[in-house]
Amino acid sequence: MNILYDERLDGPAPEQDRAAIRDSLAQAIPDMTLLHREEDMRPFECDGLSVYRTLPLLVALPDSLDQVQRLLVECHRLGVPVVTRGAGTGLSAGALPLTHGVLLVMSRFSRILEIDPEARIARVEPGVRNLAISEAASPYGLYYAPDPSSQIACSIGGNVAENAGGVHCLKYGLTVHNVIKVEILTIEGERMTLGSDALDAPGFDLLALYNGSEGMLGVVTEITVKLLPKPEVAKVLMASFDDVEKAGNAVGAIIEAGIIPGGLEMMDKLAIIAAEDFIGAGYPVDAEAILLCELDGVEADVDDDCETVRRVLENAGATGIQQARDDAERARFWAGRKNAFPAVGRMSPDYYCMDGTIPRRELARVLKGISDLSERYGLKVANVFHAGDGNMHPLILFDANREGELAVAEALGGEILELCVRVGGTITGEHGVGREKINQMCAQFRPDELATFRATKAAFDPRDLLNPGKNIPTPARCSEFRTIKSASADTAPGKLQG
Amino acid sequence: MTMANTTHLTDHDASAALAERIRQAGSEGTSLRIVGGDTRFFYGREVAGEVLSTREHRGIRFYDPVELVVSVRAGTPLSELEATLAKHGQMLPFEPPRYGEVSTVGGMVATGLSGPRRPWAGSVRDFVLGARVINHEGIEQRFGGEVMKNVAGYDLSRLMVGAQGTLGLITEVSFKVLPMPGATRSLHLELPLDEARQRLAEWGREPLPISAAAWLDGALHLRLEGGPSSVAATRARIGGDDLENDFWAALRDQRLAFFRAGQAPLWRLSLPHRTPALDLPGIDESHMIHDWAGAQRWLRAELDAEAVRRACQTAGGHATCYGPRPTAIEPFAPLPEVLMKYHRNLKAQLDPKGIFNPGRLYAAL
Repeated sequence: MNILYDERLDGPAPEQDRAAIRDSLAQAIPDMTLLHREEDMRPFECDGLSVYRTLPLLVALPDSLDQVQRLLVECHRLGVPVVTRGAGTGLSAGALPLTHGVLLVMSRFSRILEIDPEARIARVEPGVRNLAISEAASPYGLYYAPDPSSQIACSIGGNVAENAGGVHCLKYGLTVHNVIKVEILTIEGERMTLGSDALDAPGFDLLALYNGSEGMLGVVTEITVKLLPKPEVAKVLMASFDDVEKAGNAVGAIIEAGIIPGGLEMMDKLAIIAAEDFIGAGYPVDAEAILLCELDGVEADVDDDCETVRRVLENAGATGIQQARDDAERARFWAGRKNAFPAVGRMSPDYYCMDGTIPRRELARVLKGISDLSERYGLKVANVFHAGDGNMHPLILFDANREGELAVAEALGGEILELCVRVGGTITGEHGVGREKINQMCAQFRPDELATFRATKAAFDPRDLLNPGKNIPTPARCSEFRTIKSASADTAPGKLQG
Repeated sequence: MTMANTTHLTDHDASAALAERIRQAGSEGTSLRIVGGDTRFFYGREVAGEVLSTREHRGIRFYDPVELVVSVRAGTPLSELEATLAKHGQMLPFEPPRYGEVSTVGGMVATGLSGPRRPWAGSVRDFVLGARVINHEGIEQRFGGEVMKNVAGYDLSRLMVGAQGTLGLITEVSFKVLPMPGATRSLHLELPLDEARQRLAEWGREPLPISAAAWLDGALHLRLEGGPSSVAATRARIGGDDLENDFWAALRDQRLAFFRAGQAPLWRLSLPHRTPALDLPGIDESHMIHDWAGAQRWLRAELDAEAVRRACQTAGGHATCYGPRPTAIEPFAPLPEVLMKYHRNLKAQLDPKGIFNPGRLYAAL
């Protein structure tokens, strides 16, 4: 099933008169940058999931809230869809443009409006980069906790849209746990504040609802995040295992010992070799799996916990345990993990990153399932895993230049996600559904549940103008998905794409 | 991998009967007043409707301490859930207030109230991973799940927290739970309010193991939780006198003398925690409880509701009237017009017939 917008399955996408809409917008907002030439719009045709590309109708680059507001009012009046984009680093094609919609680029809103060290909050515009918040807070001994791998480049507005995670979620939470207030512009151009500078706000928790809503309920124009005091120390232990199942059990044993690590990451052999080859992190290339366990907090407690974890790892059958001796070595251990995606990218012309989350107890079964699928489809899969919170990132290696291989990778990826759902997990832990996982939503939710999602959307955007086609599939798409699934149930998986 | 024994003599799945009752209400055009232990009856407006009790739908359906996940039916007593977690050295980190032995998990989630640890650990909704909800058509639906990270679809399970049952009947909730801290020490420091505020602001910028801070009766009450080493070191550094750890349960459950004294309405003021003394004529801030390091203040006074709400709003917060509440006073702060419009839209979409707790939060919902 095609991922790109398909009128037959996703709803009507009326032919738009580009020139007329451009004239209307230029007239309503004469001072706003509006791109319309193909060569100018080309850089915006995809987000971080670059295998899917669509040229938008127009690209709007506002630099004031007033312009955003007028743009929304005008698009609402004209019935033109609006797709909001931040830094464009998303991995689920959540900011994939529509041929019949305006792409609203928020990257010019890049000011940090306020750092209040006493209140431990930062108030920022949506185009501010994730890492820039921590850098600005650093002189006060504070930082912003969620740290997606793309934190150098990704914007906080996009983080809110996707409810972004990172390697420290088990202890410090996702974006939704670290944002206290957002300013919203509705599709009708109304301003609305969700959340508060206090610890709660009256009414429904719309702040929670908007986090992860993929730009489909409103446009985020300002964000207040909470800042945390930097931990006094962080120490990291690396353990190697000759068997992935043992590594998986070690993760459970650490938590059973009453310890919540700041970060707890696992990599399998293929990922270890790729990272070692790329970074030289000092990983044991003969291991079947490694665990990186970071403990942070007050030094005395961290030292106690390091001892406990070391004992647990030994009992779990680790073949080697190394504690980083200093910050340089700690940074090196992490560099291998943080660069795992590009490292795997060096082994293969293209790779496709999955984002399923599973109950940790199912890890061995799911890894076995992935390995079987990998063999059946004839594509290699490297596994990088936020082991502490069960969020897996299998990386499917393929070559898009080979006829049909992208389709094979997609089909394999789809089956991995469906496997995650079958063991009680979810198709996306932190990257979002976007366009990428739109079909698998039909596997995770029943038609009546999807109808409740659509009703929720209708409360805020009854004409379906904000990022239509993302996140929640139409009944038509799901019924086709189910038809194809049942037809292929007794066919060899290799034939799925045929 | 160990699975906790979760069977309980009175465990019962009443979801089919609850769904049937909702379908019936839908076809008859009646409204339902959802009740668990009814210990939080004071928290909101009165609901005219036939009682729908969740008490029969009870039991811990799933608990795996190693996964840090527990899934509980709505009618399960909160005390039973906490006791089960405690057996495995775990807890609900947000310390929900218990207004009685019969308080249920469903009521805890529907009201969304958190206790003394909230500013450091997070609130009820922060620990909700998923929920089962019976919708207006009497269909039980699942949102979120039993895993730590899940961003598939809209976050409807967290939306249910604090919605007071006005968007659907919560039948089951999955929570993230955490290990209890290795060490706990409580202390009592005689300090004027201003100085306590100053110290808390300074400490807040350091990674100290503070997990509760309340100023009342001329003293700052602090709780330290964490590893034994850091708790001991911080205790030595901060000084003060020892305080019984029980104090926090009494504060959490509103059993302190402050909460029992007098007939004047009890107000909860939720404020940015660095908010200085409010401009409320005739009110001495030293007669209030300043919990959550100043972000949650309790006030008992006959006051003009408008004036209280204006002062809180100016400071960036809001005020809730817990009661005893004259009928003219709304329990919850009024919402700005645009926000109320979208509240109404959401209610109309998810509960078009007005079956669930109509008017509980606001007259229009």
